[in-house]
Amino acid sequence: MTALQQATEVVDPVPGADAPHLPTPPDLVQLLTPEGQRLEHPDYSIDVSADELRSLYRDLALVRRWDVEATALQRQGELGIWASLLGQEAAQVGAGRALRPDDMAFPTYREHGVAWTRDVDPLHVMSLFRGSDMGGWDPLATRFNLYTVVIGAQCLHATGYAMGLQRDGAESAALAFLGDGATSQGEVNEALIWATTFDAPVVFFCQYNQYAISVPIERQSNVPLYQRAAGFGLPGVRVDGNDVLAVLAVTRAALAAAREGQGPTFIEAFTYRMGAHTTSDDPTRYRLASELEAWKLRDPIARVKAYLSRSGLADPAFFAAVDAEGDELAARLRQGVLGMADPAGTEIFDSVYAEMTPPLAQQRAEFVAYHQGFES
Amino acid sequence: MGELRRFRLPDVGEGLTEGEILSWLVAVGDTVTVNQPLCEVETAKAAVELPSPFAGTVTELLYEVGAMVDVGAPIITVDVGGGSAAPVAAPGEDEVEAGLIGGPAPGGRTSVLVGYGPRTTEATRRPRRSGTAVAARATTPQVLPEADDGSGADRPPLLATAPDVTSKPTRLGGLEVGRAVEANAVADAQAAADARPPGRGALRPLAKPPVRKYAKDLGVDLVTVPGTGPGGVVTRADVDAVLRSRAPGTEVRASGTGSPGGTGGETRVPVKGVRKHTAAAMVASAFTAPHVTEFLTVDVTRMMKLRARLAVRPEFTGLKVSPLLFVARAVVLAARRHPMVNSSWDEAAQEIVVKEQVNLGIAAATPRGLVVPNIKNAGQLSLAELATALAGLTATAREGRTPPADMSGGTITITNVGVFGVDTGTPILTPGESVILAFGAVREMPWVVRGGKGRKGKVRPRQVTTLALSFDHRVVDGELGSGFLADVGALLHDPGTAWAY
Repeated sequence: MTALQQATEVVDPVPGADAPHLPTPPDLVQLLTPEGQRLEHPDYSIDVSADELRSLYRDLALVRRWDVEATALQRQGELGIWASLLGQEAAQVGAGRALRPDDMAFPTYREHGVAWTRDVDPLHVMSLFRGSDMGGWDPLATRFNLYTVVIGAQCLHATGYAMGLQRDGAESAALAFLGDGATSQGEVNEALIWATTFDAPVVFFCQYNQYAISVPIERQSNVPLYQRAAGFGLPGVRVDGNDVLAVLAVTRAALAAAREGQGPTFIEAFTYRMGAHTTSDDPTRYRLASELEAWKLRDPIARVKAYLSRSGLADPAFFAAVDAEGDELAARLRQGVLGMADPAGTEIFDSVYAEMTPPLAQQRAEFVAYHQGFES
Repeated sequence: MGELRRFRLPDVGEGLTEGEILSWLVAVGDTVTVNQPLCEVETAKAAVELPSPFAGTVTELLYEVGAMVDVGAPIITVDVGGGSAAPVAAPGEDEVEAGLIGGPAPGGRTSVLVGYGPRTTEATRRPRRSGTAVAARATTPQVLPEADDGSGADRPPLLATAPDVTSKPTRLGGLEVGRAVEANAVADAQAAADARPPGRGALRPLAKPPVRKYAKDLGVDLVTVPGTGPGGVVTRADVDAVLRSRAPGTEVRASGTGSPGGTGGETRVPVKGVRKHTAAAMVASAFTAPHVTEFLTVDVTRMMKLRARLAVRPEFTGLKVSPLLFVARAVVLAARRHPMVNSSWDEAAQEIVVKEQVNLGIAAATPRGLVVPNIKNAGQLSLAELATALAGLTATAREGRTPPADMSGGTITITNVGVFGVDTGTPILTPGESVILAFGAVREMPWVVRGGKGRKGKVRPRQVTTLALSFDHRVVDGELGSGFLADVGALLHDPGTAWAY
């Protein structure tokens, strides 16, 4: 029996008794209910083909499989730390798939699902968490910036980038990711002010996953986060973050508006971090197991699977194929991580300046000499 | 040919040095797949499950439940090659693939992700390229036979080398590691030397410790189990076979409640978790602070009457107005008159630290053991607020959800032994505090009451309790301790006294 199951039995026999109230439409944009029923929305209708829908399911399932494997690898000592996205797959895949190739995404350190949609090799993300490098992908080629660990800082980067797009006359947009905790950061507030004042083509995508590490929303805001946008002068939308279709529709619309010069939008994706904040965190210290149980009923992947099955858009063979692909992916990632070489210590000198400076070159030489002074 | 791999305890939470095995989810002989949970480990940060990095058959669990294990120490052996592995024959050091735990990494260094430090082969320092260093290294004993890495056919097996290891200090990477492994190895070697196969006058059947526990939990005497493992070792499957062969309907003892025979045996309970913490704190307190305990028996009838009057007031709707509440209030008021009791002895600085606010600790018995959460700045709370805080504190503690912040920073503790129906005790100070008050049961007792001047005393039934105050004699002298205890007693005897405070 796992600790989780034990906690479930001991803490609260009534599942969901303490789970946060899920807002309902029309405050919440939802196109696919947790039970897998399609809804229509007056402002955010979406028309997705069967192929697109299957593709979205594949994205969600593979991203989760990646995340599970990475968590296991951390527990086996192969990654220094891992920030799990478990439960937030739909928010990330929906937002990522709303991007056009020329748009630019600015992630936090948890946007593995967005990285996936930008064709960033998962091994590049994992090498960062293994400590083998600082993130191995090319941000310009992938249009996916490097992970930002400083909370909220990427909102300023995205706003500045968007103002640059504006000045270039480019018809692209920037998508800044942030969490609920980041809304209390100065950088995020500055970014919102600049973005609205200059009508910058940027969309702020806030994944409200219920906890800023352990701090609940009551300690961050006394109004729903999307309503805060009004104070800054930009539209705020609350979308069911576990509904990939709704996230896709809302983010697409917001990005289109940004590209057309209608200014920024703030999106609050209402979701739940099913795992720990990171592998160093113990969520049982600040939330009840019953809450997690209630959110499992709102799982982002199960509802797509239910819809696909019920409407006859996918057969068991399709789901089996996706599962098999997930296991292949996991095996590739495991092998790739285990085979990662330790970085040469000199890399830290090589990428500080565009050109090596004489003092730095001297320090590099001393560093190399010092390490060559050891037998092994 | 089987290939044995060992899984070393990883640092699962950024900078941890050790973890406690809470439970094993697999047993020797089990087939495991990659990422199948092997065990649950509790660290200073969290209790987590460790998934298997290998697929294969479990051949050895190296620690028992409850053991504290250093990060980097091997905890389990898995035969990944299938087939019949020679016992203890582990792959040589060089056979560990690059990038795997303990395997070589580029630059000739050992892969350090597990345990954040090369601990597998070298002593504390990396050798420098110099004559003296090389000479020094040559004399350094080859530490740890490394059961996980050592021995092909040409190398001696672990058991032969283990006693040799224990005679030498084994400090790796600045930490002593693997002591339990060594101890187990020695014990196993001894057992191997002593025991003979069952049925031929065996003194003690051979079995791995987890199997012993498994059998004991199920009430199976290992002597009755024919061993089918290598060398007649009793395996988990053998125990299961004996169980299955028992007459249907035979009830199997579920867990450690002693042997079924009940022949004066003993049950050994591993010391861990809160119990371990409590023990360490109590030993530290009892053997550093010189304790003095004073007693005072008080007639608290008036306090009990006041309690009944207050309980019906609207401020206390829904609140429990317990005798403990009055004791808490009395302690806070008395501490105001004797601020020196609210202090701490700072050995390092040779100073007495007098605290400005009273953080009142309440010892609470919980399913997990004794915890002492405290009410921050209890002196600033009204009686109703204090009642609310007390109720919240104890409820949270009983649910086992007391946050660490609530358990640190206490300045005075009350232990309410009266709820267990006893009169008093000699409490041991919470480390870092100078006084602790034990509050005994309130009983109706014969008490001599004087009606007025010149009248003869009469024996009346009164509500009486006993207070016991232990204090740190380095900080608190008899005069101060007595004054404080007398004030607490006076406030409980005649709550009206509080007006004078």
